[in-house]
Amino acid sequence: MKSSKQKKDLLLDIQNISIEGFSDEIWHPIIKGVNLQLYRGEVLGLIGESGAGKSTLGLAAMGFVRTGCRFTSGSINFNGKDLTKLSDKKKQQLWGTKLSYVAQSAAAAFNPAHRLINQTIESSLSHKLNIKETLQKEAVQLYKEMQLPNPDEIGERYPHQVSGGQLQRTMTAMAMSSKPDLIIFDEPTTALDVTTQVNVLATIRSIVKEHQTAAIYITHDLAVVAQMADRIQVLRYGNTVEVAKTSQMLKSPKEEYTKSLWAVRSIKKKEQKSKEIILSIENVSASYGSGPKVLQDININVPTGRTVAIVGESGSGKSTTARAITGLLPPTQGKIIFQNRILPMKLSDRTKEDLRKIQMIYQSPDTSMNPRHTVREIIGRPLSFYHGINKEKNTDKVLELLNMIELDDSFIDRLPEELSGGQKQRICIARALAAEPELIICDEVTSALDQIVQEGILKLLLKLQHELKISYIFITHDIATVKAIADEVVVMHQGLVVEQGSKKEIFSPPHPEYTKLLLSSVPEMDPNWLNKVLEN
Amino acid sequence: MSKLHPIVSTLLKRIGLGIISLFFVTLIIFSSVNLLPGDFVESVLGQTRTEESVKIFRKELGLDKPYHVRYVNWLTSAIQGDLGSTFSGRNATYANQPQQSTARSVSSLLKPRLFNTFFLAAMTAIIAIPLSLLLGITAALYRNSIYDRTVNASALTTISMPEFFVAYILIIYLASINQFFPSLSNVTSSTPFFERIYLSVLPALTLTLVTVAHMMRMTRASIINLLSSPYIEMARLKGISKTQVIIKHALPNAWAPIANIIAFNLAYLIVGVVVVEVVFVYPGVGQLMVDSVIKRDIPVVQGCALVFAVTYILLNLIADVISIITNPRLLYPK
Repeated sequence: MKSSKQKKDLLLDIQNISIEGFSDEIWHPIIKGVNLQLYRGEVLGLIGESGAGKSTLGLAAMGFVRTGCRFTSGSINFNGKDLTKLSDKKKQQLWGTKLSYVAQSAAAAFNPAHRLINQTIESSLSHKLNIKETLQKEAVQLYKEMQLPNPDEIGERYPHQVSGGQLQRTMTAMAMSSKPDLIIFDEPTTALDVTTQVNVLATIRSIVKEHQTAAIYITHDLAVVAQMADRIQVLRYGNTVEVAKTSQMLKSPKEEYTKSLWAVRSIKKKEQKSKEIILSIENVSASYGSGPKVLQDININVPTGRTVAIVGESGSGKSTTARAITGLLPPTQGKIIFQNRILPMKLSDRTKEDLRKIQMIYQSPDTSMNPRHTVREIIGRPLSFYHGINKEKNTDKVLELLNMIELDDSFIDRLPEELSGGQKQRICIARALAAEPELIICDEVTSALDQIVQEGILKLLLKLQHELKISYIFITHDIATVKAIADEVVVMHQGLVVEQGSKKEIFSPPHPEYTKLLLSSVPEMDPNWLNKVLEN
Repeated sequence: MSKLHPIVSTLLKRIGLGIISLFFVTLIIFSSVNLLPGDFVESVLGQTRTEESVKIFRKELGLDKPYHVRYVNWLTSAIQGDLGSTFSGRNATYANQPQQSTARSVSSLLKPRLFNTFFLAAMTAIIAIPLSLLLGITAALYRNSIYDRTVNASALTTISMPEFFVAYILIIYLASINQFFPSLSNVTSSTPFFERIYLSVLPALTLTLVTVAHMMRMTRASIINLLSSPYIEMARLKGISKTQVIIKHALPNAWAPIANIIAFNLAYLIVGVVVVEVVFVYPGVGQLMVDSVIKRDIPVVQGCALVFAVTYILLNLIADVISIITNPRLLYPK
């Protein structure tokens, strides 16, 4: 009996689907024979790292492949129709009516030229599901359900006039507008700050439940998917690793790979104190041009040989602090004291020694390295600039640095494009180390990397600190990373330092209002986490 | 409302800049016209000139005054709408007995010519702009198809040929072998409207052929440029048809570059069509200017150049305005 009922309720049945993408003149497999089943009203979490094929599979569930991709085998049965065999015209009739899509970046996925309300009802209107006035009323109702401010008027705005979190909720309303059977959520909260994410997650979850809509929820964050999904399917390299009920998956993941997905959360550094202070920022304010103050009277101390993590959301002034310290953005007020000496504010007034002692590592290794330079040139540049070791004699030194970052000698003549994301970031670390600095500022260095790679980079940074006694300023928005690496923590919000203290002090109550909000917004593996947050 | 709407302030800024550039253009016009070799007085009076007659004639034309005085006089009256009087309206025989009344004003000479030029430009624009938009949009829609390639190749062919050559080919096929249209377009101010259109068909067609390529290719490129945007993929996934995606989602975001290239081509239609005018004996401003240069009729040359400069600046101003009003981010600030 049970199996027949399930058969009836089976909404989407993907059998052995394979998809290829065309690049460098040949077809590469992206999805290699994946099965996926989804029942009516069910939410399936699709999780994996970048390149796992999550988005491709999510789009395939709608029968859509991106330009330059193609289905090679398998079937996608949606409501009894094989989407791989339908004509474009037939699929167009399903898209925006029975099948909807919510994209990762709402800011990019809304057309800047049209008002939100018109985009919200566009698909329903073009498929003639109802007349305009009714659809508009329904849209306003959906805005209300999504808890958008001024639901009656917000639709009259253009995409650039509302915030990222509101846009993401509007996009969910847009997807719901035609009352679809299935919605694909493709990393809908990845581009949002954690405090914004909580609300968006909550509204998405309640509306999906309310309308009994089935959904595929794609994300790389296991804690997020734990809140949203009934079942979880783990993907890697275009293959299914594991499928299980959410509670079961969290409790006892079978595969080694699934366990590694929360690798960073397992690193716990024991905090250490240091009496010496290498850098202190005193009453520093800064602004871009004649604009408003981006930093307001901030004070931060960095103990020698320790790690200070600066946490905060986008726009809190974290990166601006780094720019002020390095002199890229001279502060308008205050003092920066490095090794008991006041540093000149402007970059051009600093000596070569000042510059050598403070190095930076950036978020995106792709854009912070010259794509035409080999590893030898990239690492060799600070060697010749700061230490006068020229090209002919630098081989030993470069190899030594490569060894420090756990890469072998064969990497020395490679170009950045021949390296993986994690390897690139390691080269950036080696480049910073080549100057033999006292302080390294790491600006979101792990944000663009997958969990396992993040773990490797964090461990490497900890090892280097232990061996070389370097101090770190670690800028991040990710609390798990902070727990993994910091000795001290600085919480920033809207250009102000909310609090500074040891990791233990910051993570244990009592908290200032903002820290409390920030900490409570970080998703946890507990499937009931979202409920608990909402109750408070 | 203490603060101006950004569109108003941008517009004011652009108008200000336009006036400043116009001022520099007048300087350039004046100095370059006066650098032209040859002298009107000497060429008119010819062999019979005496030192005395040259002097008197010069004085009457105001050519005896220093350059800067003449520039200021010209500029101040031009601002008031008076472009001065032509030199050549005067007769050499009257040179010794000045008679102000025989000289025609530059404006009266310019007006009918300018009307002809605008008429031809408008007629061409009415054919060329919708045609190139249509071709550009359809080429983008069926990009890399045979249709797209054919449109591109033929547009490139017509733009690669010199315009007089295009004109002669049209004359051979449409006026000589098949006598559909006249090969001479000598309209006058008394030509009735429909006959005027009939007479202007061939020059308008020639100009259409030479301008469509630019506008069509820019339309196609600006649209294709946007097709990889996430919001285009989103629109597709909303089940919007390919044609609607291009017209409703890509085109509204592509107006700025398209408007610019259209303005550029319209300006060309007004200031750069002298060759076509000569081929069809069409009495436009281009011919007038060339004739005046030959006769060294300085006020007319200056007047024409000034009209051209104003046209250019105005059209670009309009293109700027279009790119602002088609961009909600500029039109409705946060």
